[in-house]
Amino acid sequence: MARFIARRLGLICITLLVVSVVIFVITELLPGDVAAMILGKEATEESLERLREELGLNRPAHERYLSWIGDVLRGDLGDSYALKMPITDIVGRRLRHSVILAAFAFLVGVPAAVAAGIWAGMHPNTKLDRLISMTALVGISVPEFVTGLLLILLFTSTLHLLPSSSIILPGVNPLTSPQILIMPALTVTSVLFAYIMRMTRANVIEVMQADYIRTAILKGLPMKRIILRHLFPNAMLPTITVIASSFGWMLGGIIIVENVFAYPGIGQLLLRSIETHDIPLLEVVTLIIAGTYAISNLLADLSYAALDPRVRLA
Amino acid sequence: MTMIRSGLVATWRSVRNTFRLIFRTWSGRIALPIVLLHLVLTFFGPLIAPYSPTAMPESIDQYQNLPPSPQFWLGTDQYGRDVLSRVMCGAGSLIATAGTGALLGIILGAVVGMSSGYKGGRVDEIVMRVMDGLMSFPTLLLALLVLFTLGPSRFNIAATIGFVSMPAIARVVRSTTLSLKNMEFVQSARLRGESTFYIIFRELLPNVLPVLGVEASVRFSYAILSVASLGFLGLGIQPPSPDWGLMISQSRRFLVVAPWVALAPMGAVASLVIGVNLLADGIRQATRMAKEDKHE
Repeated sequence: MARFIARRLGLICITLLVVSVVIFVITELLPGDVAAMILGKEATEESLERLREELGLNRPAHERYLSWIGDVLRGDLGDSYALKMPITDIVGRRLRHSVILAAFAFLVGVPAAVAAGIWAGMHPNTKLDRLISMTALVGISVPEFVTGLLLILLFTSTLHLLPSSSIILPGVNPLTSPQILIMPALTVTSVLFAYIMRMTRANVIEVMQADYIRTAILKGLPMKRIILRHLFPNAMLPTITVIASSFGWMLGGIIIVENVFAYPGIGQLLLRSIETHDIPLLEVVTLIIAGTYAISNLLADLSYAALDPRVRLA
Repeated sequence: MTMIRSGLVATWRSVRNTFRLIFRTWSGRIALPIVLLHLVLTFFGPLIAPYSPTAMPESIDQYQNLPPSPQFWLGTDQYGRDVLSRVMCGAGSLIATAGTGALLGIILGAVVGMSSGYKGGRVDEIVMRVMDGLMSFPTLLLALLVLFTLGPSRFNIAATIGFVSMPAIARVVRSTTLSLKNMEFVQSARLRGESTFYIIFRELLPNVLPVLGVEASVRFSYAILSVASLGFLGLGIQPPSPDWGLMISQSRRFLVVAPWVALAPMGAVASLVIGVNLLADGIRQATRMAKEDKHE
């Protein structure tokens, strides 16, 4: 078990290292001068040269990469080109915002989806099941930005209940004004709910046909016990993987949702670093997202093994 | 030559039977008209659109953000352009880009999955580890980075989507190939001395096809979502071309005064993906029915 975790963590580190090199190479190949991008069109050649010197852009690429990765390993993420601030300061706050949004969506979406999925799977082809399944199909079909804008049209333009943008001023804790969280979280939840519900339903239907469930019903076990002891652990096995990988998906979805609501999280930071060619920032944000994704996949495998005694990790 | 032809005939027969079965399912019957409507728009949209999708009227002020009326069925946008015409003309580029991307992913995934699974051994091990590595990365992030490097063009978007959807398809195809490879008909083909190419094309492909059909429809819906999302983020098809994602993004500033400018492309993209997903459900049920028919 410990060896398995160690090996996987090692693999994750290698993946992240490869990712960081690839992004560095990509940004090296890109046309466009970072100094010119920062100073704008009117900059003189002298000031451009001075800035290049200041940012260390005149050094050869491999040297810059090695000094950068050395700093990162020592915990110094460097300065953002465009924002001229230490990246640690920027990313920390943004990451907190995104985590709050994700946690909000996760805590509401996952239990609701699992409950709905179990009910629908135990009563397939009833009217309520059709309704739940249809809602879930619409949920996975409608892009996040459409859901988000529909919510704005409903809650802001029509009902005048919620603010349309979720800007958070520096130093303000988003939890003190939960109304700005509602629409972004609902948007993330809608897709999350749909995916997990569909998966749970399919698994429950499959497990319900198993012989041990029929035996349990025929020997007269109470329904509650059948659900909790026989159905739930078996039907949840594949669902766990979906939940964990949907966490990774959510990180992608969050890029769009944060853009729709101008919510200052990690996804918005990623888009801004792409727009401004802010390479140090882009590196850090990408590594954070990729790292979270990889670790959530590892957690999925571990919980799978914990729930299923047949799975042996080696 | 005859070998390729007989392969195509078998493939065609299985496709035709699947379509017949799709019509027997409930979701298939709803999905096919929706998808068909979008396909008509793809091929004939620019021909039947009442106005030009890009030309702006001379007096923009007079035609700006007009609500839906008999003259402009879905109203006009901030530049005075007819929203209906823009939505109709936008179907083509989205469906063509997403379709090419999904097709590319399917072909790449099928080739990688079938050959890796059939060959087995070392090659298979290495190929699958690389696929795992690619899959350990959020697809939207990967697409954003690739497009950031290559620059947004229709071809780059399609290639990116094909590339990011390949690993998942390869995995599914490989596991199907693994279960097929030891079946009697494949083994007897090998004993007859048929070439690897023949076995993959004539024996494996027709049997992998049902799996690929389900995958293709699922991937197509993902591809549409990706193209629309990239367009929304400004990394897709560039203005003034009518792109649904881009139209939605640009209409945000006028959401309160002119909601129809946003609602029309939103409805278009949502109905397209719903149609494709229902079709995927239909295909899935149809392949299950085909299996049951065989058992009887």
